[in-house]
Order: sequence, then C-alpha cells, then structure tokens
Amino acid sequence: MSSRLINQPTEWIDRDKPFSFTYEGQKVTAFEGDTISSALWANGIRVLGRSFKYHRARGILTLANHDVNALMTDGLDTNIRADVLPVQADMTLTAVNTTGGVLKDRSQFIDKISPLLPVGFYYKAFHTPRRFFPFWEDKIRKAAGLGEVNFNYPRIPKPKQHAHCDVLIIGAGISGLSAALSVAEQGLSVIIVDENAKAGGSLTYDMADQASSQLAELLNAIEQHDNIRLITNAYAAGYYADHLVPIVETSGITKVRAKALIVASGAFEQPPVFRNNDLPGVMMGSAAQRLIYRYAVKPFEKGVVVTANDYGYRTALDLVSAGVDVLAVIDMRREGSRSPLIDELKDKQVAVHKASCVYEVIASKHKLGVSEVVICAYDELMAEADTKNKIRLKCDGVAMSAGWAPAAALLYQAGTKMRFDSGLQQFVPAELPEGVFAAGKVNGVFELSQRALDGQRAAAEAMNYLGKSVATVEVKQHQGTSPSHAYPVVNHPKGKNFVDFDEDIQVKDFINAAKEGFDNIELMKRFTTVGMGPSQGKHSNMNAIRILARIRDLPVEKIGTTTARPFFHPTPIGHLGGRGFHPHRYTAMHEWHIENGGQMTAAGLWMRPACYLPEGCHLTAQQATHQEAMAVRTKAGIIDNSTLGKIEVYGPDAAAFLERVYTGKFVRQKVGQYRIAMLLDEAGVMVDDGLACRLEEDRFYLTTSTTNSAMVYRQLQREAQLCGLSVSLANLTGAKAAMTIAGPAAAEIISQFSSVDLAATAFPTGSVVETQIADIECLLLRVAFVAEQAFEIHLPAAAGLSVWSQLMQAGQPFGLQAYGTDAQRLLRLEMGHHLIGHDTDGLTNPFEAHAEPLIAMDKTFFTGQRSLQIIAKKPLNKTLVNFVLDSNCVGELPNECNLVIDNGDIAGRITSIAFSPYLQRVIGIAFVPPEKHLPGSRFDIRNDAGDLIAATVIQSPTELAKSA
Amino acid sequence: MPLRLLKYAISREHPAPRFFRDCVEPKKTYDVVIIGGGGHGLAAAYYLAKDYGITNVAVLEKGYIGGGNTGRNTTIIRSNYLTPEGVKFYDASVKIYEGLSEELDLNLFYSNRGHFTLAHTESAMRTMRWRAEVNKHVGVESYVVGPDEISKACPQLDISCSGQAPIIGALYHAPGSVARHDGVAWGYARGADQFGVEIFQNTEVTRIDVKGGKVCGVQTNNGYISTNKVLSAVAGFTPRITQMVDLQTPIVIHPLQACVTEPMKPWLDTILVSGSLHVYVSQSSRGELVMGSSLDPYEMHSTRSSLDFVEGLTSHITDMFPFLSNVKVVRQWAGMADLTPDFAPIMGKTPIEGFYLDAGWGTWGFKATPISGKTMAETIARDMAPDLIKSFRLSRFEDYELTGEKGAASVGH
Repeated sequence: MSSRLINQPTEWIDRDKPFSFTYEGQKVTAFEGDTISSALWANGIRVLGRSFKYHRARGILTLANHDVNALMTDGLDTNIRADVLPVQADMTLTAVNTTGGVLKDRSQFIDKISPLLPVGFYYKAFHTPRRFFPFWEDKIRKAAGLGEVNFNYPRIPKPKQHAHCDVLIIGAGISGLSAALSVAEQGLSVIIVDENAKAGGSLTYDMADQASSQLAELLNAIEQHDNIRLITNAYAAGYYADHLVPIVETSGITKVRAKALIVASGAFEQPPVFRNNDLPGVMMGSAAQRLIYRYAVKPFEKGVVVTANDYGYRTALDLVSAGVDVLAVIDMRREGSRSPLIDELKDKQVAVHKASCVYEVIASKHKLGVSEVVICAYDELMAEADTKNKIRLKCDGVAMSAGWAPAAALLYQAGTKMRFDSGLQQFVPAELPEGVFAAGKVNGVFELSQRALDGQRAAAEAMNYLGKSVATVEVKQHQGTSPSHAYPVVNHPKGKNFVDFDEDIQVKDFINAAKEGFDNIELMKRFTTVGMGPSQGKHSNMNAIRILARIRDLPVEKIGTTTARPFFHPTPIGHLGGRGFHPHRYTAMHEWHIENGGQMTAAGLWMRPACYLPEGCHLTAQQATHQEAMAVRTKAGIIDNSTLGKIEVYGPDAAAFLERVYTGKFVRQKVGQYRIAMLLDEAGVMVDDGLACRLEEDRFYLTTSTTNSAMVYRQLQREAQLCGLSVSLANLTGAKAAMTIAGPAAAEIISQFSSVDLAATAFPTGSVVETQIADIECLLLRVAFVAEQAFEIHLPAAAGLSVWSQLMQAGQPFGLQAYGTDAQRLLRLEMGHHLIGHDTDGLTNPFEAHAEPLIAMDKTFFTGQRSLQIIAKKPLNKTLVNFVLDSNCVGELPNECNLVIDNGDIAGRITSIAFSPYLQRVIGIAFVPPEKHLPGSRFDIRNDAGDLIAATVIQSPTELAKSA
Repeated sequence: MPLRLLKYAISREHPAPRFFRDCVEPKKTYDVVIIGGGGHGLAAAYYLAKDYGITNVAVLEKGYIGGGNTGRNTTIIRSNYLTPEGVKFYDASVKIYEGLSEELDLNLFYSNRGHFTLAHTESAMRTMRWRAEVNKHVGVESYVVGPDEISKACPQLDISCSGQAPIIGALYHAPGSVARHDGVAWGYARGADQFGVEIFQNTEVTRIDVKGGKVCGVQTNNGYISTNKVLSAVAGFTPRITQMVDLQTPIVIHPLQACVTEPMKPWLDTILVSGSLHVYVSQSSRGELVMGSSLDPYEMHSTRSSLDFVEGLTSHITDMFPFLSNVKVVRQWAGMADLTPDFAPIMGKTPIEGFYLDAGWGTWGFKATPISGKTMAETIARDMAPDLIKSFRLSRFEDYELTGEKGAASVGH
C-alpha cells in the first residue's frame, strides 16, 4: 500500500526520477530525493529495524539522525543510517542485528524475557563460578554489537580540505541564514553549513507552507551573496581549540578555522515517555512533518497526536491536511493550549483532550505496529495517569510533541556555561567563550520572527567581536507557554516506556539505578548507558535528566548535564584518517641504492640500504653483509651517511654554547679539528653523540645520529633561547649529503679527487678540513668508527649522487664496495664501539659506558652535570663491556636482548651480538655486573632455547685481530 | 540463564541495595583521608578496611567516583613490563584481578583476550625480546612471535600495514585482558562502603594542613577534616595536591586521548598494540572498538580533545585494518596522564609524615588498581612500604635509583 501523497509544494523528491531498490528481499520504489526510510515508509513498510537490546521492532522515530532505529547494511557497508541516507537505485538492504529477517527476527524472544535483563544485569551475574564466565561472555559479545563489518570493504582515503572564514555558522535554519546575511552584508566572509540536503532548518517541515516565501527570499539573497559559502549535506563534527571545526561531507572533511563561530544548530525534538512509545508508527511530530513536507509521505492513516506544547497542534493540522484521520489531540498539560490553532482543529472536527495522556499503545500482531492507543486523564504535577477512565482508540499511528533539547554539543565543547531556564524548560547559554555565539532555538529563542532577529543579533555581536562597529539588535525574551514540558513521563507498571531508544532504557531502569546508588547524572549515564549509544543522547539525555531530577527531588539545574564530546554525529574512520600520508625521506644517492639492489629499511623517516643484493646476486642478506664488511677490512667500502643530523653552530659564543649543551670542552678546540660531542639529558642519561668540527673560531659543524637529529636540533634551539649566548643555528641535515669511505684503500681512492695530503701523519684522526673533492666544496674528516682508516665527506646534497658515482667508478680497481647499515653495525662492533640508543637504554649513564674521557666535570655547567655529580658518588650498578663467545661454543647463538644470568638471576643483557667473518668469532657488547668489567671475566648468557652460553669480557675485538 | 537473574526477574523491584551510601557531611575526624575516588583511592580504602581493619576512612572525590582516569582509560590489563620490579608488581595486580569479580561479587567482565605488542622494526623487536626475556624470567607468560602467529590470532590484520610499516613480529602476552573500568571503581566503592568507609562525592580538597612536618588535616568545600594520614591518589591532579604540601615531584602532566567506534559484531578477539603506528585497540563486550594512541606531545592540565589525535589514530588504524574506512567513531575523550621521568609510578611514603603518595601512573594506572590499593593500604597501615613497591619510592629521583619502564609503555611516548 502506498502512502505517497500527491505533489507537495515543499517536497524534496523528484517525481520524474523513479527507481527501485530492495529491502529485506522486497522490491521497493523510490524517487530521487528520498531517504531510505522515507521511501520505505511511502511503500507502507513500517518495520525498519530491531532495537539493540530487546530486539523490538522499530520504525521512524525522528527521521533526522537523532535516533538509530533504522540501521541497515547493503552487505558491504554497515550501520547505514536509513533515515538520512539518500536512497539509490538497486540498493539491496537489510536491517542490521537480526537473525532471520527484520520481521521474524529470532532474537525477539529477548523482549519477552526482558525482566531477566534489568539495568546493569551484566554486572550482577555470570561471574560465579569463574570458570563459566567465558561461556557467558561469548554469548553476550555475540548478542551485543550492531552491524557486521565486511572485511573486504575497500580502504577509501578521503582527501581533506582546509578553509578559513571570518564567521562560521552552524545550521542553516532561519537564525543561521539571517546571521549569515547580516555578516556578509558587512563585507565579512561566511561559511554556513547544514546537515540537511537543503537549507531552511525547521522551516522545511514546520510552518513550511506559511513560511515558504520568506525562506525562498532569504535563500535567494544568500545564494546571490559572494561572501557566503553555503554547504548543505554537511555536519560540524566537533569544536576544537581556536575555532577549529571539521565539516564532514560525503566527499571528505573540510577543516574550517574561523575567526568567530555562530552556533545556530536548533533543537532536537524529545519524545514523551509512555508504554510502547517505540512501536513502529509512533513518531515525533517533527518526523511526521518531515515525512509530509519533504517526502510527501503520509505518516499513518489514522492516529492521535500526543503533545505537551503547541507544536503538536500544528502537527495535527498538518496531518489532517495530509489526509490522516486524526482522532484526537491529547495534551498532557493541565490547562491545555491557548493557541488559536485549537479553533482550527475544532473546525476540522479533531477532538482535543487536555490534562490527558497516552497511557499506553497497544501493539498490533507480533508487535510490529500500533493497533490502539489507550488515553486517560493525567496529572502533570504528579506525573501520574489516572487509569479509572480509559479511552481506547483504534489507530495505526501516534505523533508526539513534548519538547525540545538544544543541539548544543558544539557550544559545550567550546566551553560554554549553560544554565537551565525553567520558564523555557531548556538549557540555554549563560556564558559563551570568546568568539563563540549562539542563535535561535539552541539559544532558547523559538518564535519565528524572533529567531530571524536572534540570528541578526548574534551576527552583530560576532562582528563587533571582530572589530566592526555594528548596531546591536534587540530580541524579545520568550513569552507564553514553554515549548518543552517539564516532565513528559507516564509511569506504567509494565514498563516498556522508553527513554533511550538506542539502548532500550526504560523509566524503571533509572529508578533502579538510582536506588543502587547511581544517582548523579554521570554515574547514571555509565550504569544505565543512557546516551552512550550511537545517537549520543540526542533524543534521550534531556528526559534522563528530568527523571533523575524527579527521583532526587532536585531542580534540573542541580542535576546538570553530562559532558558533550566530539563527534556530533559518528564520523567515518576513512574521513578522519584521510589519505594517510606517511612521510619518507630519501637521500641524494637513493636512486643509486635502488639501482644497485639496496635493501631499503626505515631509519626514522629516512630510507637506508641495510645491504645490497644487486640483480643476479645469489647471496643471502647475511652473506652480502659479511662480504661488504670484509671489503672494508681488506679493500675499501663506502656508505651513504646523509641521514646524519647536521647542524651549523655559529656566532661569537658558539664554543661556549657547545660547552653548555655537551659534556666536553670546545673553547680551546683548534680550528681544523673535531671532537666527539656527547649529549645527556638532565638525569645524566646518554642521549646522543656526534662530532663537533671547528671550521672557524666562531663556526662549528655538528653531526648527530640519524634518529635523534630532530630532537637534538630542537633541544639546541631551546638551549639557545634559554642561555642568552650570541649563537645561531642552521639545520643542514637535508641540505647536505654525506658518505664515509673506509678501508685500507680509502685514502688512495679519495686522493684521485683531492689535493689534501691524507697520510695519517699529515691528516690524523680528529682532523677536518674544508676542501674540494671532484671540484665540489666539501668537508673532509678522518674518522675511525668503522675502520682504522676512514674518511667522512659532507657536501651539498645536489652534488651527492655525482660525487658518489665518481668515487664508485674510481674505486672499482681497488675493489670499492658500497655497504649498508647492517655491515656498518658489524664493522663498529669489530672496532668495539657502542651505539647510543642501541647499546644503551633510557637509564644508561656515561660511567656505565666508560665515556668518562668525554666528560669535563670541571666545567661550570652542562646539561646533566648536576646529576652526574650525584651519580659519580654512587657505586656502579652495571657496566657495558665487549665480549667474545668461546670459539668452540655450541648451541643456539644468543640474540640481542638475551639476558646475562648470574646465579640464576638477571645480571645484565646482550645489547649487540654478531658473527664477525673477519675475526671468525662471535663478538658483542653486553651489560654485566660492574665486577665483571675486567678483560678475561666470564659470564653466562641465556639464549632463546633457555641454555646458558659462556662469554668472555675483552678490551676490544681489535685485539683479537692483532692476536689472530 | 543464571539463577541470580531469575531472582531479579521475580522481584518487581531490584533487591539490590545501594552500592554505596549517600554520604553528605564528613565527620570531624578520620583515621585516614583518601583524596581521589578513582579505582586506586577506592581500592586503598577497601584494603585498609579489609586487610587491616581500618574503617574510619573518608574517600574524598571532587567529581563522581571513577570519573577521572579510571573511567577514561582503554581498560587494558597486562604485566609485560621491562624491569623485574615492574613485572612482579603488575603480575601481582593481574593475579588479584583474575579473582576480583568473585571477591567483590560484581561482574567486572574481566576478559582474558591475549595481548600482542606489534613490532614493525628491528629495534622494536629487540625491545620485545628484552621484555619477553625478563617476563619469562619472572614467570610471566610472554614470548616473541612471528607474523604467522599474529595472523592466526587476528586474520583481519593487514600484516604489511598497507605496505607502510610491515609487521615483523610481536611480543605475545597471554595474560593480557580487558575489564569494565567503571565496574572496578564501583566494586571497590561498594566493598569499602560495606566495611564502613565513607565516600564523599563532589567534595574537593582545597588545603592540606601540615604542622611540624606532619599532616594534621584537610580543608574541603564540604567542611574541615582532622586526620593524621592522607593518601593522595589523584593521577593527573597530583601536582595540585603536592603543591598544597610543598612537595616536589618530577611529575609532568600530558593529555592522553582515546576514542570508540559504533558497536559492531565481535571480530577482534585480541588486544593489539603497535608502537610504530601509535595505536592500541581492542573490541569491548558492547562491540565498540576502543582505541588509544600516544601521549599528546605537550604538557597540559586539561581534558580537552584534539582533532589531530583522532586524525592520526584513524589513519594508522586503517593501515592495520583497511576495511574500517566506513566504520564510524562515536566519541573521543582525554585524560590527564601523570608522567615520571622513568615511566614508573611513585608510591609510598613522602618526607611529610602522614602524607602518602600514589601517583605517576602515566598511561598505565588502571591495570595496577588492585595491587596499588593493596600495597598503599599496607604502607598506610604499617607506615612502611612493602618490598613490592620499594623501587617506586619518591626518593629514587634524588638518589638516582630509577626504575626504567620507558620501553614498556604501551606505545612510543
């Protein structure tokens, strides 16, 4: 049976574009512009979903994304919000969380056993005896949850946009639109967003016929205005510091940073609470109006309107106009209404019962809809129905209007202090944060002409805040009866009078929760889970507060509200995550590494070759690493070191500055020399080390480790700010490329491109010179980290690849081999050098790592000095040593981080270990007890298999080479 | 259906009495005043009464019980720490948790799911092995596993992480569990209340009086209380309390944020943590994915949410689970984490006689709730800290006996 009405002047559907789709196996027709729910309703389909806990049949409640009665899946996507998602041709939809279809859901038995599942039931049972809990837990887990996730859903990375404006306005109802126009007319830029498909707010359904020309005029003016950007189908997901508001559209998120914000987001209609108020066919008055005016759908055939304000009267008239047989308007207020609408209703022969209520709704067969309503007298002060004289009316629908709750989530998030206006029966802003303004219903202004004015008032205040001088606008305080009822709740001994439709929470749940001690709003929320469902309390929080206030016999303002947090509507992970950028840094020689089989691994953001496996090479990674390392020992090797942090420190106080930051001395350092610079934190823990090259009296070139470069630069900047010395810093990390050539043939290779005398006597370790290599200005250092003979070259990144290639070519006759980070680790281990961060941890001090020569305790200050002074007086807890495994060692080779075991207890751990092909021994570095620091000491390592492997402390593996 | 539920069903109203009395006005004096009605404070009150018969105790909570970090964490319980001291301490906590639902007669939904700390880099693998070795040594079931074993436990996980940060292994921790955080606070509150402890909500301490180096009373917005023993168990508010007694601690406050998705049918059975991607995630019994990330990089004494956090987290979660693109985040929130330089807590006595500190919990206080309550109760009752928490003493920062747990923080902080 079709419920589609004849053409409505205000409708959003395009009758020229009909199509069909499938719901629960049934073919359904729709027009473009329909939502899934409106199309289903137009086809006479009333059961759109099953509730979360009791699996009760549910239909349209708000048709506004303020409830989740109608959640669907198309097999791929899940938890689709049918009330607001535009329906598309050929969709194949089913309701989520049912077994055997939405009409015959096999889980509906839970509704019958609901007394077994009182509020918080899962806290009260299943835990004794303990061994049965996993069984129950499994059952409960499976019953909970809504839709099923499809693991084949594609990753859809949505792009993000940024936008800026003078004033961002949330909500394109009459208040927001009026505000937008006022602001734009003063030459300021406006972005105005609305979650609906069309602007106009409540005027698109309430008073839609009367106000249509006023709205059209306003929209026309908005559209004409260059300063206004109107975005519909977009919601403001939350408020973040400094007026940052993400606007969510289907296509992605726009992050709007506004100078001022006007929240004109309106109000959510709130349901009166009575038995079976959740049956399909029982809906908000505003939902009935939306059906009629937006989608030209008759909400039901025959029904009643239950109201506690004057909105219900207008809804009743709208229903009559739509051809609904309205049996009665039931007004819960003792005095009823003084609205002239009463006379209109009387003209239409609609009975009006004041001081009455819907006591309960009688369900039709299988509880799939409404068959009757039971009406009786109601004492609104006592909130009690007088059941002596009940009237029963056969019907198939109920429209409900009991009041409103402000859509104030963004105001709360921005830090607005709200107060409860008892005349209005609504929370309204009392104290707004700087640059944030509110207008319209969310500000407690309900009368149509005043809402437009309130928009202009908020606009004027926003513009004055932004430095314009604009005349203020006066808005009349709300007069007459309240749009919201103080307590629209009807008790019923059998319950099922729902407050939260997401979570199936009834009045008695609140009463019981309060009795058990959960009688403040936050505890009540957490115990009953009211407002914790996907609609986040939009239709339930206000009634929950009113019920708790009544239970506690306290005024509503004493109860307060729970904290509103992002998001306003649940927001897709793909939208929030965006395109998921992962930054990587490539060195100047990156392409060469790739072409030559570099096995790239991440080093922080940088990509570095761990080893090289060129095409046609049949080595394993380990074999390749060994070969690369052997090349360095016997011929020559070259490594790309461009990832090292590189910082130029200059100014008259450059040396003094370094002395303040680093542990060593630099003031008397000679130009043309470098010194090792070790950095500690304030607790005296080793953090980083690098080289400080003095290039001129007032200019140092500083290197840091790859991983710490950003951190060290940040810390140097901070120190430079604090210390007041005359020093400047330049981060050259990306600007410079660097490489190390190491091995017996290193000097000879470089000499082909350089005039520097590289003999050890002329250019010993510790030397640095600014020179030219292959006609490129560069820095040349003699180092001894991976081999006794090694040179580090730093040069402009642009020339990196060219110089590297020339060196490679010239080195070919010498057997020059590119080596990766794995070989480098092995090489430095063979030299007996520890790596900070690898061999040390977050607690290691320099004494434990034998780094005393790098520390000048006699300086007046350096970072960490005070801690070292204290630590120096204490006995060592552990010490870092080089070790070698016995040459006849059997069993599984220990791994890094295997423990050193002494008398069955933890005595240290292995920090580095590797087989050295050059030494033909397994060598490593370990933390051992201090008494084991002498060469020759023996200790045991427990390998992964749990066996103890003996090791011997050595001074340095280089000695093994000499003795071999 | 368990009999208990039948009992509830038959009675028209719940027979359950109040969990805790509605205490309005504090008495003039108490033997012990506990500042902070979160899990830790309430557990300490419970064990003071139960283990030591000290029942003349007031718990003062400035908001509502369990409303601080107890109600803001992602409910993960584990003991796979890095130092033997840490492992032993948290293991003791896990042991109490396992029987806590029965002890408190409240179903805390203590759910043993297994916990994987994913490693995407060799250096992360080293730390995993280190933790596994120490754990095994102390008798805690943790071991290093490869990608195959991870896939078996969670077939939906993209081991390559969208090609961005392939997972090379993980630290598997069998005892890893989740529990209902609110329930823990409520259960301890009920237990303490039954012993006679008085719990005052909406009661904020504004001053602590110290005379001659001894605590003698606290001023609240709800009257003055004389007492010789005060326990501060206020996590992110610790600096505000220690300032009242002029006590220096190295604690700094960073926000820690989290979020949940809409409920969906269960598919994620384990708890997953990725240090490199800064993600931890589990699926609650309601069906929501509960997700958290690393600490915010700045100090701030506030619980406001940031967009950055949720953008970064969701981007990384789709690296792990690409099919979550259209699953929706319902809610985000923040807590204030009280961090120490060595990432281990501060527990025990202080230089002020009668002022006890339970703080520095950073991102891991929930899992320590039972054991911190028990050990702090012992510390207060005997005026001496038990061995289990000696390495967490405040004075370690003066004598440089730090307990380095940075490597065991859930994600890289």
